[in-house]
Order: sequence, then C-alpha cells, then structure tokens
Amino acid sequence: MRVAPARSRHAPINLLPTRTIRLASLAHSLPDPQAPATAAAPAPALARRLSLAIAVLALAVCATPVLGATPAAADAVAWWVWPLALFGVCFLLGIVAVPAGVGGGVLFVPIVGGFFPFHLDFVRGAGLLVALASALAAGPSLLKSGLADLRLALPLALLASASSIAGAMMGLAMSASTVQIALGITILGIVALMASARKSELPDVAAPDRLSAALRIHGVFHDAARGGAVDWRVHRTPAGLVLFTGIGMLAGMFGMGAGWANVPVLNLLMGAPLKVSAGTSSFILSLVDSAAAWVYLNEGAMLAVIAVPSVVGMMIGARIGARLLTVMKASVVRKLVLTLLLFSGARALLKGLAIWN
Amino acid sequence: MPPPEAVEEVRVEQQIYARVLDRAAKAGFVILVAGFFAYALGWIPAHVPLERLPELWRLPLQDYLRATDTPTGWGWIVHLPKGEFASLAGIEILAGCSLVCLLAIIPVYARRGDRVYVAICVAEIAVLLLAASGVLTGIH
Repeated sequence: MRVAPARSRHAPINLLPTRTIRLASLAHSLPDPQAPATAAAPAPALARRLSLAIAVLALAVCATPVLGATPAAADAVAWWVWPLALFGVCFLLGIVAVPAGVGGGVLFVPIVGGFFPFHLDFVRGAGLLVALASALAAGPSLLKSGLADLRLALPLALLASASSIAGAMMGLAMSASTVQIALGITILGIVALMASARKSELPDVAAPDRLSAALRIHGVFHDAARGGAVDWRVHRTPAGLVLFTGIGMLAGMFGMGAGWANVPVLNLLMGAPLKVSAGTSSFILSLVDSAAAWVYLNEGAMLAVIAVPSVVGMMIGARIGARLLTVMKASVVRKLVLTLLLFSGARALLKGLAIWN
Repeated sequence: MPPPEAVEEVRVEQQIYARVLDRAAKAGFVILVAGFFAYALGWIPAHVPLERLPELWRLPLQDYLRATDTPTGWGWIVHLPKGEFASLAGIEILAGCSLVCLLAIIPVYARRGDRVYVAICVAEIAVLLLAASGVLTGIH
C-alpha cells in the first residue's frame, strides 16, 4: 500500500477538502484536514453565529409543538407558516449537520416527525428526498476526486437498493406508532453508535478477500492532506454485502440517509480508508434513496409542500455549515447534535408509546 | 495493486457518471424549485387547495389519498398541469438521475469486457425500474 508519511491509525474522523465539502455538504461533510490549527482556534464571531444557530434551532424545535399542540391549534395556523417553519428548521439543521459530520436525513426524520404536525408517512418521504438531493449534489465532485469509488459502491448499492424497496414497503404498511417506536429505538442506537464508534483513517488490509479480488475492488485517491496518493483495497466483502442489505432496509423504512451506518461498515469492517468510505457512502445513498423514493412517490407519500422547503432549506444551510467547518470545533457541534438526536429519539419513542403526544 | 492504467480506466467511467449526474441533478433541482414556487405562489392551480393542507397532512397516507382523490403510481401524469404534481416532476427527475448515469457507463464496462459490472449495472437498473414502475404500489 502506497501512502504518504505521518500515517495514523484510529484517528478521529478526518475531513474532505473544503471544495468537496461544499458540494458534498450534507451527506458526509468533513472539515478541512489542512486547517487543523484554524479549527483548533475557532473565530469568535463565527463560533458565536453557530452557537446562535444551534440555540435558534433548539428554540424552533421547542416552539413547533406549541404551534401544533392540538389538531385545532395547528389547523388555525395559516398553511404557509408550516413550510416556512420547515425551511427555517431545515436551514438550521443543515448548518449543524455539516460540522457534526452527519447527514441531514438522520436529523430530519426524528425532529420533523416529532415536532411538526405532518404524518410520519409524509415526513419519511420528505426525509428520503432530503438525503437523495444531498447525495446527488455531492456525487459528481466525489466521483471526480476519486473519494467515491464505483467498483466499491455498485455491488453494495445493488443489494441495499433492493432491500430499501422492501424496507419502504414495510414502513408504509406499519402503523405510525409502530414506526415511531422503531424509529426512536433506531435513533437512540445511532446515538450510541456515533458516540462510541472509532474511525480508522487508513485501515490495514493485509490481503483482499476473494470476492473483492474477483471484482477488482481497489483504487487510488490523492490525499491533499498527506501530499500523496493512497492505494487502497478492501476485505470482508461478503459480510459488508450482508450488512448493506440491512442498512438499505432501514433507510427505506425510516426515510433516512444511512451514512451513519455506511461509513463504519466500509471503514471499520471492510477496511476502506475513511475518506473513501465517507465519499462512497454518499454515492451509495444516491442509489439506495432513489429506489426507496420511487416507492414513496408511487404510493403518494411525497408531498411537495413538505419535501421541497426541506430540501432547499437543508442545502442552503449546509453550504453555510461547510463554511463554518474550518472555524468551529467539530467535536463541540457533534456533542450538541448527539444531544439533539438523543432528545428527538426519545421523543419518537415516547410518542410511539403514547406517553408524550 | 492495480497497474496505473487500470486505475485510469476506472476514472473514465467515474468521470462519465459524474458528468451525466451533474447535468441531470441540476435539471431536476431547477424543475423542482420552479414547479414548487409556481405551486406555492398560486401561479398554477392546485389539485388540493393549499388552505386545506393543514387539516390533511396530519392524516395517515391512505386517509389522505381518499380525502383528496390523489392518484397513486403514475396516475399523477394526467394532473401534471396542477401545482403539486408539477413539483413532483422535479422529484421524479431527481429519483431517475441514477438510471441515466448507469446506462451511460454500461458501454464503458462492455468495451472493457467487464461482464460482472455490466451485469451489476443492469441489475441495479432493473431494481430502480421495478421501484419506479409502480407495480409494487399497494402491495404491503
């Protein structure tokens, strides 16, 4: 394996170059590895802005149940208030999602599903579109840079997209309370995974497994941070295929992007470099979420008035979030987002159990 | 490890995929946003009056469809001049981007004699077409 010097294993998550981030925005945005000193010393003004954004987000999330506390109260609000509120919340979600290194979809479904008056069927449809739009926007840049690899992505995406169809059909067949309970448990599981999972920047792959060798899954990417090219290959491909089948099902069922699961499987299990894992995960989402989105579209579960403001708000917010990457302590934002996820996961679970409606 | 020329070949298909995806996604975003603004600003008529939405979007999917007489599958095509379905056209384009991209790279794999990846692309296209076709609609 040809790598640049200063190789470190089990490093904290490293980030895509800034230009890539702007395009990759939501799915897997990673801080600029070439600017660690700046990141360690955040600009006070921008730090204050982000803190303000997070505070406004918390207030907005807390305010929405007041507006829609009862069906009558929600109905009394003019129709345009909700898409506007959705745009605002998604704009703020986009800002915090990027520095936290999570996709917008994983924040969108539990927060909008928990605190807005929309039925969960429509929220999941919109969540899929949010994740899909982000992945499509990031795709060209990631492919051109080699951070997303087609040979690695296509076999995994094939199984994941097929299972996402099954997941979407199952999700739409289940009652809202069942989905809320399952969503709450899944979100709390994601929080545990995100809080505990380690990242390996350049995992050691002694030898490729037979399947990846037969499929010639390997590549080279240019790591600007290390100033050189990195050869990579993968192992444990069959296990990866099985896990991606499960991940696809969850993505379809809950309408979430699944970068939170894709990256650990690609990186920790299959041994792809962290940056390739993040880029390839985003690309895989573009295929998996397309398949599931078609199911929601054909079932009539995609309401433009919910989906479009969400996509636009999230993408504009993510662009600002990408700019804040170099001046914010990602770890601090990440902790705040984990707290937000913990709160919304608990909300989904309690809503499903009819304890907190 | 692959020889440099092999890596270069991989980059060719990635460049093609990226180019097609970039154009298709941009077209989808433009149509999505334009259709939605026309709908939300009342420039084109809506199938369901916007004022009624707050009482409808809290309903479970099947109840919503019954209450609004909204078609499923590809039935929306006949309602394309209506606002919410004009917005859906943009979403459909975004969801269909990957199909075009996969079709564009199959010849690259075929010229290289990479039958496995031709088969994987064809299978992925089949999966996406199955989802898009609407034949699974209503099967829960």
